Amino acid sequence: MAEVSLRKIVKAYEGDVQAVKGIDLEIADHEFCVLVGPSGCGKSTTLRMIAGLEEITSGEIAIGGTVVNDIPPRDRDIAMVFQNYALYPHMSVYDNMAFGLLLRKFPKAEIDRRVKEAARILDITVLLDRKPKALSGGQRQRVAMGRAIVRDPKVFLFDEPLSNLDAKLRVQMRTEIKKVHQTVRTTTVYVTHDQVEAMTLADRVVVMNHGIIEQVGPPQELYHRPATRFVAGFIGSPAMNFIPARLENGAAALNLVLADGSVLPVPEDRTARYKSHAGRAVLLGLRPEHLTEPREGRGTYADIAIQPEVIEPMGMETLVHFHLGEARDLCARIDPTLDAHPNTPLRLTADMAHMHLLDPESGRVV
Amino acid sequence: MSATAMNRDVPGIYHKAGSLRAERRWALWVAYISLTVAAIIFLAPPFYMLITSLKGSAEIAGMTGSPWLVRSPTLENYVNIITSPMFQRFMLNSLVITACVVALTMVVSVLAAFALARMRFWGSQMLATGVFLTYLVPDTLLFIPLYQIVGGLGLLNSIWGLVLVYPTLTVPFCTWIMIGYFASIPKELDEAALIDGATWPQMLWKIFIPVALPGIIAATIFAFTVSWAAFVYPTAFVTTPDQMPLTIGVVSQLVRADTFAWGQIMAGALMAALPPVVIYAFLMDYYIAGLTAGATKG
Amino acid sequence: MAADGSLAGAALRRGAPNSLQRFARRRSSIAVLMTTPLLVIIIGLVAYPAVYAIYLSMLNRRMTEFVGTLNYEILLESETFWMVAFQSCFFAITAVLLKAMIGFWLAHMLHDIPDKGQRKWRGMLLVPWVIPPALSTLGWWWMFDPSYSSINWLLAVISVPEVPWLGHHWWARIAIIMVNVWIGAPFFMIMYLAALKSVPEQLYEAAAIDGATGFQRLRYVTLPMMANIISITVLFSLIVTFANYDIVRVLTNGGPRDLTHVFASYAFQVGILSGNIPRGAAVSLFMFPILAICAFFVLRSVVRRNKEQM
Repeated sequence: MAEVSLRKIVKAYEGDVQAVKGIDLEIADHEFCVLVGPSGCGKSTTLRMIAGLEEITSGEIAIGGTVVNDIPPRDRDIAMVFQNYALYPHMSVYDNMAFGLLLRKFPKAEIDRRVKEAARILDITVLLDRKPKALSGGQRQRVAMGRAIVRDPKVFLFDEPLSNLDAKLRVQMRTEIKKVHQTVRTTTVYVTHDQVEAMTLADRVVVMNHGIIEQVGPPQELYHRPATRFVAGFIGSPAMNFIPARLENGAAALNLVLADGSVLPVPEDRTARYKSHAGRAVLLGLRPEHLTEPREGRGTYADIAIQPEVIEPMGMETLVHFHLGEARDLCARIDPTLDAHPNTPLRLTADMAHMHLLDPESGRVV
Repeated sequence: MSATAMNRDVPGIYHKAGSLRAERRWALWVAYISLTVAAIIFLAPPFYMLITSLKGSAEIAGMTGSPWLVRSPTLENYVNIITSPMFQRFMLNSLVITACVVALTMVVSVLAAFALARMRFWGSQMLATGVFLTYLVPDTLLFIPLYQIVGGLGLLNSIWGLVLVYPTLTVPFCTWIMIGYFASIPKELDEAALIDGATWPQMLWKIFIPVALPGIIAATIFAFTVSWAAFVYPTAFVTTPDQMPLTIGVVSQLVRADTFAWGQIMAGALMAALPPVVIYAFLMDYYIAGLTAGATKG
Repeated sequence: MAADGSLAGAALRRGAPNSLQRFARRRSSIAVLMTTPLLVIIIGLVAYPAVYAIYLSMLNRRMTEFVGTLNYEILLESETFWMVAFQSCFFAITAVLLKAMIGFWLAHMLHDIPDKGQRKWRGMLLVPWVIPPALSTLGWWWMFDPSYSSINWLLAVISVPEVPWLGHHWWARIAIIMVNVWIGAPFFMIMYLAALKSVPEQLYEAAAIDGATGFQRLRYVTLPMMANIISITVLFSLIVTFANYDIVRVLTNGGPRDLTHVFASYAFQVGILSGNIPRGAAVSLFMFPILAICAFFVLRSVVRRNKEQM
């Protein structure tokens, strides 16, 4: 059990290509921390530096208060689960799990106790004599986790552990991983490109892009209060809509004027926050779930007339894809009972209480 | 007009569809006939060697009737050859040489292949290419300088001279195919082992060798068959019968200038060919994997 | 045995210091240690002899004097040498072409029959490759025996007159090629079969749907997919066949009248048996340019193939 701290971590390859550009991150003891971002954002490199599989160009990594920059992987007291599981194909499940302990010269009885215990937690006791070849994807995943658990390390590292599984199994194993973490409570660093995984598993999510951290926070906070356009667009599915607009002073409060001239009122409680941007070009950020069929009630609503391009019935909701002037690939979530057709005009309501306002230049949320 | 065209087309289609099955059956016939003819031709010489080895000297000297049949089969030739101290000596020499060469080859090539496949270091890529090129150097290109070198070491007419030079035939290819097998092991496996606390030697011994076992078996078989069948080096370096391995022993010592004891020669040749054939019979898949690996792996 | 030492040495050196940089540096020193035995073999038994061969070939017969390119000049003026060169090329090219064609045909035939039976047939057809060539050639020699040739006996059944297999030089050359093809064709077959099996079935299905006939499938799918393996196998076999020694040594020993010698057997004759080491080395070295060209193209094909697979 230990906390992990990354201080000004840089990873540069030959030719001055920086994969990780100086990140700072404190991961608390027992925390489940997820690094998420698109491929090439440096998240795997960061994880591999924590593991000791990649050298650190500059900066410092400490595990449990000890700087580990110069310590080889085997002495860092970590365990890692790989995307392709990396089970030793010639060893039985039992031997796979026991291997790390064997190399560390644990007594036979202790190894046996730990392997059996881990197998019980993961419900793979009946598989202990099998070879990895004879296991399904989900079972291999469990064994890979078992191999990590038996070691009882300071930190668990997961490198996209679910991406080789099919969609259904992925959901199941996600729950499984969360359950295991609640049982063993080991500090965990988990890398994924899937924001749903990140949201569901994490105590704290670290969104990375182009080698830097865009935002760190609990899942709910990232969802409701994204700091940058990247985070706003990355978290949530379907992604947030970004509509270019002008912020103008209205009679009572601020108004957003879209390219086609339609006027959307900004909620009064935001006036103070947005005042400084009045008269400027901005981006309106609205999640599809806040762009729905017309509804009544308290709050600040604004109507928009659109021309649907594609209708996708999902069962519990229907997605409507459309564009508004320059803003393409917009999406709204409407009631599935509503009768919507492509190329037939439709009225939508924007729930302005959940709007985000972005500065198009800096990409930051105002 | 179009109607007549259609009428003409329809039977055409039926004809084609009908012929598909016939075509396939015909192809199968051609295949079986070709394979049978090939099998007869490919197996005739060893078969004829076997027939001859079962004949007594009188029957061979008789030279009458079909040579492909044996009238009074006898094991006399085999008894003679097995009890011959000279042949026993050849066999022993071959066994000692092959065992040493195989062991040496496997140690050298597994270590080198592991280093070349996994531990990138300065010049490793060049060395791997060099290994492949050495594999392409035939033994007949360098046997004369080697004759001088082996002679200089005082190892002419000694099985140890052969143990020294045979690795040039086996090591490059075995290293090359082991590089291929090791390279096909996913990188995450070593990383998992590193995190599990394995050192490099442990990783090689406990992970790579067991995982690449099929490759190791294939390479071992290759080294065995090559050093068993080697002919140029022993012919050049060994002229005293008691240091000869089987190949040159059978060819040079059993074949005497005037009276050819054909029955015995054939019995000897077959006995000498037996070990590789037995290995092939039991480990055919590995044998073939080793054979094709050079071009398909690495 | 040096190899064992390096493993133990590497094991001894692990442990104590635990800096990651040192770990990486130690990694490459272990790697160098592990490749040392290989380097010793390549340098000591291939590279050094190669250089030594060039030096040897420039000495006089008693190896007391440096004579420059005299040995080469003498060889180039000798009729026997040109005959050897012709015979080597004729033998290698004819034999490789025949092996390639027979191997290709048989591989196709094997591929056509149901999978179940393939193993059995393949097992039988590879036998010539498995028997040590010197020993199977001995069997062939006995089959060609002038007084009691079993092949002539079979030919007599279909009333073909007796063939002087090893007595006449052209027949002897043909006999050598026959034996070489017999030994080598199975290797081609196995290589081509492996290549055929690696062509995805969907490609043939797609081609069939596109309307390709059997021949067109061969021409536009099979051959392009196999081109690399074919060239690797042919070039490799060209090297081995060109440098062949076993068959000539056992079957004709160069006779009749030195007319069936190839480079290898002639080098052996001159260098070892007649004791003219320098001239023998020069004969061997004449093989080098052709072998080098083949090796270059093999390497190119292998590298290209590896790139494709990545």
